[in-house]
Amino acid sequence: MAVEDTRLTATRRTEARWIERIPLAYWVLGLALLMMPAFANDFVLYQIFGWTFILGMIALSLMFLAGYGGMVSLLQMSLAALAGYMVAIFGTSAIETISMGWPWYVSIPLALLVTVLFATICGWLAVRTEGIYTIMITLAIASAFFYFTRQNYVVFNGFSGFNGVLPPDLFGVDWRGPKAFYYLTLFWATVSYLAVRYVSKAPFGLALQGVRDNPRRMAALGYNVTAHRVAAYAFAALIAGVAGILLTWQSAQVSPGTAGIGPVVDILVIAVIGGLRRPIGPFIGALIYVLLKTFAVDVLISLGLAGERFQLLIGIGFLVIVFWSPDGILGLWDRWKENRGRDPLTGERRER
Amino acid sequence: MNAPTTSAIAERMSATGTANALELRNVSKFFGALAAMEDISLSVRPGERRAVLGSNGAGKTTLFNCVTGDFLPTSGTIRFFGEDVSAFPAHERIRRGLRRTYQISLLFSGLTVIDNIYLACVGVSRERFSFLRARRDDALMASAEDLIRLVHLEDATHTPVAELSYGQQRQLEIAMALSGAPRFILFDEPAAGLSPTERRELIDILTGLPGHMGFIIIEHDMDVALRVAESVTMMHNGRIFKEGKPAEIEDDPEVQALYLGGGDDG
Ligand SMILES: Nc1ncnc2c1ncn2[C@@H]1O[C@H](COP(=O)(O)OP(=O)(O)O)[C@@H](O)[C@H]1O
Ligand SMILES: [Mg+2]
Repeated sequence: MAVEDTRLTATRRTEARWIERIPLAYWVLGLALLMMPAFANDFVLYQIFGWTFILGMIALSLMFLAGYGGMVSLLQMSLAALAGYMVAIFGTSAIETISMGWPWYVSIPLALLVTVLFATICGWLAVRTEGIYTIMITLAIASAFFYFTRQNYVVFNGFSGFNGVLPPDLFGVDWRGPKAFYYLTLFWATVSYLAVRYVSKAPFGLALQGVRDNPRRMAALGYNVTAHRVAAYAFAALIAGVAGILLTWQSAQVSPGTAGIGPVVDILVIAVIGGLRRPIGPFIGALIYVLLKTFAVDVLISLGLAGERFQLLIGIGFLVIVFWSPDGILGLWDRWKENRGRDPLTGERRER
Repeated sequence: MNAPTTSAIAERMSATGTANALELRNVSKFFGALAAMEDISLSVRPGERRAVLGSNGAGKTTLFNCVTGDFLPTSGTIRFFGEDVSAFPAHERIRRGLRRTYQISLLFSGLTVIDNIYLACVGVSRERFSFLRARRDDALMASAEDLIRLVHLEDATHTPVAELSYGQQRQLEIAMALSGAPRFILFDEPAAGLSPTERRELIDILTGLPGHMGFIIIEHDMDVALRVAESVTMMHNGRIFKEGKPAEIEDDPEVQALYLGGGDDG
């Protein structure tokens, strides 16, 4: 009994002070992100950070599937684009012959619903495969989606897609204003990040990791392994869908190119560069990707090289990461911290 | 063939308590040309404790795999408390109260002891798809802690499984098989590799299970098998070779010749 009691009070104490358990680094990062609009110019807010948060969310949805579920899906960018298409079709756009003009509180939930349903069907097809075959089947669906949207004019308006897809004037704010858009994307990126972290320790997330490590054992514990994997696709699609709507608002348009093979593969590159093991990885990867994509051209040209070579730069970066640290930049960081905690002569762990 | 209604009624009648906990009829399992299990028919009453003996490769683990649905038998029918589960996937059988342990521990080595047992408790509950974390007064977490106490792993509650001793891992396997409300449990060589003390603890746990909880235990150690079981099935080359009370089996000259010959050194 006595043991029981002390343990209970111990839990109560840690729970009461959960806010104190948040590491200092998070406070600093959180504060810096909140204060950013005071220092950064509009371009940095809208193009660099807005885009980073959006791509980070899409890569996060992949990280959830790959990191916790062991399923590498190349479908996430297509799901994002699908959500974008759906808000354009159900809501308003410059293509008035197709757009239905329904209010945002109908079009956005409906867009997310369609996205989740589509992901559930694709997931149901994909979870019967493993490893390289999952990559192949999701890539096949992604390419089919690209070609279908490009050729279908009745619903998807073919090659040109939809432009003039704008966020609603909710609370009288112009959500495409750089500061407003920055906070909008920061908010949803934070929500997604926290949701993934939370779910990873909830029964659903724990079981998903169990399914990743040992599906046979999970079945012998009463879990329907297939259903669990499919549900993971649905959950990840919700995150990708929200990101896709934000992405569509950012450029005010969505077209087949949004989910062309290039962007589809870039999501994988982003997630791998950042690290697939923790939900912060995809955002780090996205920031690196966006910085490279934005500035590498100028740097290359100033060095007298052809600007298009920036793809090569990203490719080399990808190779280096995969070669040196399969866990991405986060893996490098972990190793550096690990080494710092060791005595350089003996290699023993130092007592802290 | 029976009309569906007739068979459905028979199904329900046989499921109302008179049925055997486990009933195998002519179950075979072939791996290519190899008959790992051939034409096995077996009945175990509810609450009965049965030992399955047999040399390595006799087909004992294959029998378990077919019963739990880890893989489907090549032919034959399996009934669990009267219900034909032959075509059920493993998780459906587990949800009906069947449990098992694995001969070679199948644990989640990256997770802690409590998380392993918690996963087992969640798996047979309705919270499998819950997106909400366990609260401090969570009933499943509480039952996980009870199971930890039952197998004496309190001190290792938050230890990652990879850091457990072999004996502790075996105990964890047993705790996971006891999650939820088991009606029948299959123990695959739970005592193998345990120290004498751990063996005694294991016997205490098995004999201490509630009377309605029947089980089959595969066990090479006759001492353990005969102390926890009230009936014995001998397997040899994928077939049932002998069935009876422990004393009969022990004294049977054929069994002695085949299995116990020079077996005194254990
Ligand atoms: N998955 C499998 N694939 C092929 N052969 C198997 C498989 N599982 C078991 N066997 C074979 O079936 C026979 C019975 O094995 P098993 O049931 O594990 O025996 P026991 O548990 O009695 O030692 C052995 O010859 C074994 O090699
Ligand atoms: Mg065996």
